[in-house]
Amino acid sequence: MNPVNYLYLSALLFTIGATGVLLRRNAIVVFMCVELMLNACNLAFVVFSRMHGNLDGQIIAFFTMVVAAAEVVVGLAIIVSLFRARHSASVDDASLMKL
Amino acid sequence: MSATAQLAAYTTSTGEAFQFWVLGTVAVIGALCTVLMRKAVHSALCLAGTMIVLAVFYLANGAYFLGVVQIVVYTGAIMMLFLFVVMLVGVTAADSLKETIQGQRWLALLCGLGFGVLLFAGIGNASLTQFAGTGRANANGNVQGLAALIFTKYVFAFEITGALLITAAVGAMVLTHRERTERAKTQRELAEQRVREGKHLPPLPAPGVYARHNAVDIPGLLPDGTPSELTVSRTLRERGQVRDVSAEALGDLKALEQRAEERLDRTRIEPPHPRRTEEASK
Amino acid sequence: MENLIALLVAAPLLGAAVLLVGGRRLDRAGHWLGTLLAAASFVIGLVLFASLLGKDAEHRTLVQHLWTWVPVESFRADVAFRLDQLSVTFVLLITGVGTLIHLYSVGYMAHDERRRRFFGYLNLFLAAMLILVLADNYLLLYVGWEGVGLASYLLIGFWQHKPSAATAAKKAFLVNRVGDIGLSIAIMLMFTTFGTFAFGPVLTSAGDASEGRLTAIALMLLLAACGKSAQVPLQSWLGDAMEGPTPVSALIHAATMVTAGVYLIVRSAAIFNGAPDAQVAVTVVGAVTLLFGAIVGCAKDDIKKALAGSTMSQIGYMVLAAGLGPIGYVFAIMHLVTHGFFKAGLFLGAGSVMHGMNDEVDMRKFGGLRKYMPVTFVTFGLGYLAIIGFPFLSGFYSKDAIIEAAFAKGGTQGWILGSVTLLGAAITAFYMTRVMLMTFFGERRWQPDADGHDPHPHESPTTMTIPMIVLAIGSVGAGFFFHLGDRFVHWLEPVTGHSEGDSPVGVSVITAATLVCLVVGVGIAWAMYGRRAVPAVAPRGSLLTRAARRDLLQDDFNHVVLVRGGEHLTRSLVYVDHTLVDGVVNGTAAGFGGMSGRLRRVQNGFVRSYAVSMFGGAALLVAATLLMRAV
Repeated sequence: MNPVNYLYLSALLFTIGATGVLLRRNAIVVFMCVELMLNACNLAFVVFSRMHGNLDGQIIAFFTMVVAAAEVVVGLAIIVSLFRARHSASVDDASLMKL
Repeated sequence: MSATAQLAAYTTSTGEAFQFWVLGTVAVIGALCTVLMRKAVHSALCLAGTMIVLAVFYLANGAYFLGVVQIVVYTGAIMMLFLFVVMLVGVTAADSLKETIQGQRWLALLCGLGFGVLLFAGIGNASLTQFAGTGRANANGNVQGLAALIFTKYVFAFEITGALLITAAVGAMVLTHRERTERAKTQRELAEQRVREGKHLPPLPAPGVYARHNAVDIPGLLPDGTPSELTVSRTLRERGQVRDVSAEALGDLKALEQRAEERLDRTRIEPPHPRRTEEASK
Repeated sequence: MENLIALLVAAPLLGAAVLLVGGRRLDRAGHWLGTLLAAASFVIGLVLFASLLGKDAEHRTLVQHLWTWVPVESFRADVAFRLDQLSVTFVLLITGVGTLIHLYSVGYMAHDERRRRFFGYLNLFLAAMLILVLADNYLLLYVGWEGVGLASYLLIGFWQHKPSAATAAKKAFLVNRVGDIGLSIAIMLMFTTFGTFAFGPVLTSAGDASEGRLTAIALMLLLAACGKSAQVPLQSWLGDAMEGPTPVSALIHAATMVTAGVYLIVRSAAIFNGAPDAQVAVTVVGAVTLLFGAIVGCAKDDIKKALAGSTMSQIGYMVLAAGLGPIGYVFAIMHLVTHGFFKAGLFLGAGSVMHGMNDEVDMRKFGGLRKYMPVTFVTFGLGYLAIIGFPFLSGFYSKDAIIEAAFAKGGTQGWILGSVTLLGAAITAFYMTRVMLMTFFGERRWQPDADGHDPHPHESPTTMTIPMIVLAIGSVGAGFFFHLGDRFVHWLEPVTGHSEGDSPVGVSVITAATLVCLVVGVGIAWAMYGRRAVPAVAPRGSLLTRAARRDLLQDDFNHVVLVRGGEHLTRSLVYVDHTLVDGVVNGTAAGFGGMSGRLRRVQNGFVRSYAVSMFGGAALLVAATLLMRAV
């Protein structure tokens, strides 16, 4: 098997995640889909690392994880305060910018 | 020997291929389920599964440290955080998958499909023939290799990441922390306030219809059979997790009465004959 | 000596400033101040003239540079005056006749409460006219040109309480603007062609420019001349300009300002000499106006309008002569000067008649006035004899010279122009005799006016008769004086150049033909107005007569062609503006409005919609990247 297949898998997961972001209304699920996209990217980085025979790709994936952790912390905090304020976790309810 | 090395650079072992196809399928199904499951908690569990599969793939690709971190940090910490929030927001609250924005679903699918096709085309077009493998890079151990890079070449990025994490932690606290601007009311004050307002002096009624249900999410029934919202905790009400069984109870009552009637009627009035044949023919 | 030139202009300018700014306290002596300053200007002119006479013919050009007006890189406009034979001739005519008319106005305007202002305007006119003829470059000439236009406007509309006067002033102003545009374009063309508009460089290097350029400049100058000198097709204002006080008609609309066009053409002789086509146009304009004015003059019963037609016709002679080139320039100016004498005299005479007849202008209500106004009769009669070209009076020499020059042009053109001028001479004799007979001969036809006052014709005061007498002397003697030994020709030759044409017919034959025409014209007029009684109410007349009474339909023509045409053009432009221009503008606006209305729906406030556009954009970027790599 050619390791390129990992990249195809990565692309597939990324696309599924992105589509999920667009389709779901529950902010938590949307957020999970974003995590899925990040993970797909990480997989690609790890495969690139293997392809080039150095560890820089893995380092990038590592940083991505750290950033993702930070993002999750802040994002979930936002979701919680949003829920407190509106008693709803639906992203469609946060549409005050509508004309 | 060199020929096999060359081959090794191009292809993976049969074991890894087998593992890829099986676990890859699991990962894709997990991802799809994440998107498609109606309940957030199910989505979270599916995502956790996908992440564990990815952790295995990291290990297979020579990223041992990342594989462990993926399990410990992602699956262990982040996903648990997700589950906590889901719990806070309401575990059982199920989303309606009905689309409310006109055309959004088709546009999203079209974009997703187009983007996926483009990505696949891009990967297919790229001349990815050379796989060096991580053997040499991991010669001194994967963790040591990563550490050497992080504390030399990427040290600034690493430091900045630390700053980012602290900022995120502070930010999360600021976002979720609600400053109490006044002294908390004492028990006595609350009681006095209740008397002053005169709205509801005694304690709130208890939930549940005794003898049938005693769960906290089921409102008590008023004398006329209608459910009383007042009996359910405010948190549950806001989550929309109030289970209304009043109709069920009334239905049960009606069925009971009917049964009783039928039983009583049988003794009094002979049921019509054709009906019985009808039932028999059924 | 040249330092005196500025004083020529300064004296009347000072008068204008003092009289117009000075206010009521000058009411009692203001008219004498104006007259005195005009006379001072005339005296200075005489001194300068004498000094020029004392020099050689080649050195009779004095230039006084006052200051540089507009110094911008290569664009340089000076305020500088040039006094040469041509301009000194004009200076003497303007200041001389001007002084006489100032004097005349003292009497004529005695009963007008705004007399001081009138003299201020007259002085302003003198100053502007002097700037016009003394300017050393076309830009300064333009200043004078506009100045006389302004003075003309103010003086035609002097009796502004009469709506007809206000309208006439506006009409004169507007028609003159058309000509002024010609002059300004000519000046611009000169600057692009020669890089300057000073007389010296332009006129000496005129030969180097291409004929097309010269023709364009010359035609624009001709347009200017048409406007100022009331030549066809810009003639319509002159008849109405007679609404102004009669001294104004005499000074501005007979003797001086209307001849500015002739001055412009003769001054720009070098340009016209290089543009034969433009010269033909000039002669055509002159010939047409000559007949036009004469025919109109025949039909008018208003004495001033008859004289106005005559003025137009006589200026037609001058323009025609100026269009003939070097054989005609000198005679154009000579006729201009003699015309200045006799036409001013005639107008003053007409003013005198009106003065004595309660401002009546209809000749059908005159008749037999010779007994009541002997001085006016004699001076008017001498002017009359001069204008019809009675032998040995000034009109005889100047007009005869033009007719000879027209024949001397040679070829078919010469014959046509010669015939036109001869015909013009006959018509001139007819209409002037008509005026003379209707005014001074026959039985009295005047009636008591509406209030029952019987007009009692009387001779005018001395301040009015003296100028008339002086001008009559000029009308009689000027021509002979100029003609004697070709004095005038030799005087102007250094400036305008002169050449003798070869006439196909002898001078004596032409003179004889002119005299025959004269006799025929006078004879017909005698037969129509002398032998028979003049009806007090004008008969209906033939089609031509009726047309001529309406100024040969000039106003109707202007109305139909220019006013209606302009209205239609404006209307169509407005239509284009409303449909096309506004359509484009409003359509763009409406298009953007509609588009925004539709695009607004995209902004539905849902995060997921925005995310779709982001994702779509990302897809497009990937597609673009791939395409770029594929290419």
